[in-house]
Amino acid sequence: MLRIDCPFCGLRDETEFVYGGDASRKRPDLQETSQDVWNDHVFLRDNPKGPHLEYWFHQHGCRSWLKVQRDVATHEITDVRFADKEKGQG
Amino acid sequence: MSPKPQKFRTGGGRIDRLKPLRFKFDGHELYGYEGDTLASALLANGQHLVGRSFKYHRPRGIYTAGVDEPNALVGLGTKDQVTPNVQATSQELYTGLTAVSQNRWPSLKLDALSVNSLFSRFLSAGFYYKTFMWPAGAWEFYEKFIRRAAGIGKGTHLPDPDSYEHVHKHTDLLVIGSGPAGLTAALTAAEAGKQVILVEQDFELGGSLLNRPLTVGNISGEDWLKRRLSELEVFKNVTVLTRTTAFGFYEQNLVGCVEKVQDHLSIPNLHVPRQRLYHIRAQKVVLATGALERPFLFGNNDLPGIMLSSAAETYLHRFGVLTGHRPIFYTNQDAAYDFAFALKTGGTEVAAIVDPRRDIPSALFQKTRALGIPLYPGSRIVRAEGYQRVRKVLLQPVKSGRDGKGIWRDCDSVLHSAGWNPVVHLQSQRGIKPVFDPGLNSYLPGAGITADHGCAGSLAGYEETDAVVSQARKVAKYLIGQIKTAPRNYKKPVHDTPPVVSDNSPKSGKTFVDLQHDVTTADIAQAQLEGFKSVEHVKRYTTQGMASDQGKLGNVNTLELLANLKGEDQALLGTTTFRPPFTPLTIGAIAGRSVGAELSPTRLSPFHECHRRAGAEFITAGDWIRSWYYPKGGEDVIAAYIRETGAVRKSVGMVDVSSLGKIDIQGPDAAEFLNRVYINGWKALPIGKARYGLMLRDDGMVMDDGTTWRLGENHFFMTTTTTGAAAVMRHMEYLLQVDWPELKVNLTSVTDEWGGMAIAGPSSRKVLESSFQGIDFSTEAVPHMGFLEFESDGLPVRICRLSFSGELAYEVYTRAGYAELLWDQLMEGGKPHDMILYGSEALGALRIEKGHVAGPELDGRTTADDLGLGRMQSSKKAYVGNILKEREGLIAETREQLVGLMPVEGAVALKAGFILFEGDGSEPKGHGLGHVTSVTFSPALGRHIALGLLSEGRAREGTLIRAVSPVDDMSVDVKVCSPHFYDPEGERMHA
Repeated sequence: MLRIDCPFCGLRDETEFVYGGDASRKRPDLQETSQDVWNDHVFLRDNPKGPHLEYWFHQHGCRSWLKVQRDVATHEITDVRFADKEKGQG
Repeated sequence: MSPKPQKFRTGGGRIDRLKPLRFKFDGHELYGYEGDTLASALLANGQHLVGRSFKYHRPRGIYTAGVDEPNALVGLGTKDQVTPNVQATSQELYTGLTAVSQNRWPSLKLDALSVNSLFSRFLSAGFYYKTFMWPAGAWEFYEKFIRRAAGIGKGTHLPDPDSYEHVHKHTDLLVIGSGPAGLTAALTAAEAGKQVILVEQDFELGGSLLNRPLTVGNISGEDWLKRRLSELEVFKNVTVLTRTTAFGFYEQNLVGCVEKVQDHLSIPNLHVPRQRLYHIRAQKVVLATGALERPFLFGNNDLPGIMLSSAAETYLHRFGVLTGHRPIFYTNQDAAYDFAFALKTGGTEVAAIVDPRRDIPSALFQKTRALGIPLYPGSRIVRAEGYQRVRKVLLQPVKSGRDGKGIWRDCDSVLHSAGWNPVVHLQSQRGIKPVFDPGLNSYLPGAGITADHGCAGSLAGYEETDAVVSQARKVAKYLIGQIKTAPRNYKKPVHDTPPVVSDNSPKSGKTFVDLQHDVTTADIAQAQLEGFKSVEHVKRYTTQGMASDQGKLGNVNTLELLANLKGEDQALLGTTTFRPPFTPLTIGAIAGRSVGAELSPTRLSPFHECHRRAGAEFITAGDWIRSWYYPKGGEDVIAAYIRETGAVRKSVGMVDVSSLGKIDIQGPDAAEFLNRVYINGWKALPIGKARYGLMLRDDGMVMDDGTTWRLGENHFFMTTTTTGAAAVMRHMEYLLQVDWPELKVNLTSVTDEWGGMAIAGPSSRKVLESSFQGIDFSTEAVPHMGFLEFESDGLPVRICRLSFSGELAYEVYTRAGYAELLWDQLMEGGKPHDMILYGSEALGALRIEKGHVAGPELDGRTTADDLGLGRMQSSKKAYVGNILKEREGLIAETREQLVGLMPVEGAVALKAGFILFEGDGSEPKGHGLGHVTSVTFSPALGRHIALGLLSEGRAREGTLIRAVSPVDDMSVDVKVCSPHFYDPEGERMHA
């Protein structure tokens, strides 16, 4: 079981978090009307072996969405930060 | 009375002869001693035959002395405390132990199903797959026969009376295994002041030191062990857990261990759990799991009396039990000779030593001669013979090939040893593949040492005890940072050893690679012929290594066999993957205390006590316990909800709505945010009003619904469905933190902070007027979807006029801590108006009558338009899901749409899940046109009604279709109608 070093709460067990998928994706503009663009954003994911940037939600903690750099082959976590850049800077 | 002498018990061993223990095996009263395992006690009593094999029901005996045991599986305990598939070789003996052999019918000695052997060609590799596939109906025909014959032990259907618990531990160093390597590593770290946990699956510490006479440095293994154990006791920073198996090695050094706390006690302590599951989080881990002996393969290698040489040595050295009076040794290991010499010196006749090696070290050769033991170098055992016990074996020169002539030798046991397989399982679980080592002729851990764990002792390929101790010390020092140079796996020089797996003639009889699953060398060859060539395919096709022992004995032989069959280098073949658990776990240990009411958290409404005092019957809905109905007199649920529903329609009723999700939304961009999240418009919503909202997922499907109230310019109060609350919160936090961080909005979950009651019915306004005197509830003051917030004698109240029942209705909320005060005030105000209480059953009936959607309709596969809510979708703005909801498949004319369904016979009830078909009399075919989602008896209409999702449903209104249930064997004629059964114009709600 993974442990994720939440920047707000500290090192916590995976059971406190909910996985949120690929964190390299960027939501299209709200006014974007192309189905292809939305289709790509919602459904299509790369499946790389090795380092993977991904979202995790600290559901049973501070309720922060985090960006976690995890090697999907070894489970090594090399970086954890807030998804919302402004968070934690105030 | 003193026990009778045991035929196979000798002197010595670590058993306590002053403490005899009685036990039962297949109904026979036997005894052993404290310190025995069930297997050693059975052997002491001459009981080799302990079970029948899985497929062929061949007689099987004890093969090993530990966790690699494939045969000696017993059912332990009686009645509700039965545990199947317990390895007799690792079960500690206790007084009153009751064991039964498995897989035999009617009895162990006479097994009617051993005729399976005659039909064996039908049970060969891939049998299951083939009968599943072809011919049609074959599986149905064979199933009864197979279910009877196959399957390992029997469990019980009774509830488990024992308790289990989970423990979380943290430590600097975890050491797994307490042999010379494990003890050394633990003590090295302990001396350095580290927190150490040492786990050992056995009930005694010592590992291999217990099993054979070893020397460490210049002292005996026994003395070395005593010294180390007394040192261990001094250290307060060491926790020793015996009877504790490390079954799983997970990422970031989480190790799952199970402690068998009471499985060895006659009279368990009721205040202590039976087993304890540890989650150990270790900074570093030393794997000192040792090695298991490798068997040879020959015909009928499964006869009772045939066992691993190291097992026989363990039985003699540790338990004082002789496994036979005339053993033949079959070995390519120098160490096995020492055991043969010890037996011979102790007075046992050693019938022969058979060694496939031609060149045997001269010292061994000389001593064998001197002791008068017949020696057959360059030879192999081709087959064994005997009835329920081995009687003789056929020897042949290795070089003569499969058709050579041989000689028979008599014996009463065969002790074989083809080398050692390091127990690489735990590291393999971490995704590090074991590697083939030609010197060892087996597999070593893929990584000797990593940043967070290291392999010590014979696991790392070391054999000599002194070398093991010195390497284990280095491993521990490296891991705790005392030295910088990483120790490595031992590389044994490569010898030209004859193959363990030799080419046998089919006439030699069955040769088993996997004794527990009855997989033979012929099965492996057949899998190759049929194209199942890779190691993973061979495993699944033949089921080799898939029994509860996970092929601890047979995997390495299978790999060598495969390499031979394919003519490939074994190093390039790869291995299958070991997965947790290392040894079987009880489901009870995994569940721990999460059973019964503790399975998941229980959520109670703040009005729960009020409901209880009012005589409510409760029902579990997800984590929530909700009031279901309030019986009057002897009413059952049906009578009660019909009465309650009628009262709501006629006068007024009150229902708990506290379980709805509630989210407090604040910030200057709150309205903009809601406008993006919901499909309908929110910017124009005035302060003091609420609105029904529907939100979609990114893929355009409906996610959730609820009302949201505007408390202020920048302040909203959102309600969600009970089950959707957490997902909606997570979704909205995602949008705010990840996608739109520029929006200034904050969310707070306030589900538990507010309790709410809905007052519904024509008299609901009067109830409020009586409850909160001086407050104006007229339509002018509180219109439909109007909202009020006030204090009534210090009681904080939020009221919104909205309706789920279709009647004039209000939701009344207060802070959770004030819930009982609000209850009392509303009950008092309701008295003059004959207000009744209603529960979730009546609530459901009322909403179905009104055609409101709920969980069964919001199933994640419906669009807003499917639910008849398409016109809510704003075309003037963009919102989550607005583009993908227009996908081709989501706007197709044939989509299933929400409809009302009325059985033509009003007295006939449908059930949710009935499948809808054309009503033209044609045979129901395929997946149908849709299904029934929600059903109720409608008191207002006096008949059964239902909601359903039906292809082209709205166009079919007024037509007849059929609702079919193959499960209930029912086919019902049903009329399609509007889902709004009751007051479709909403006149009552707006009264």
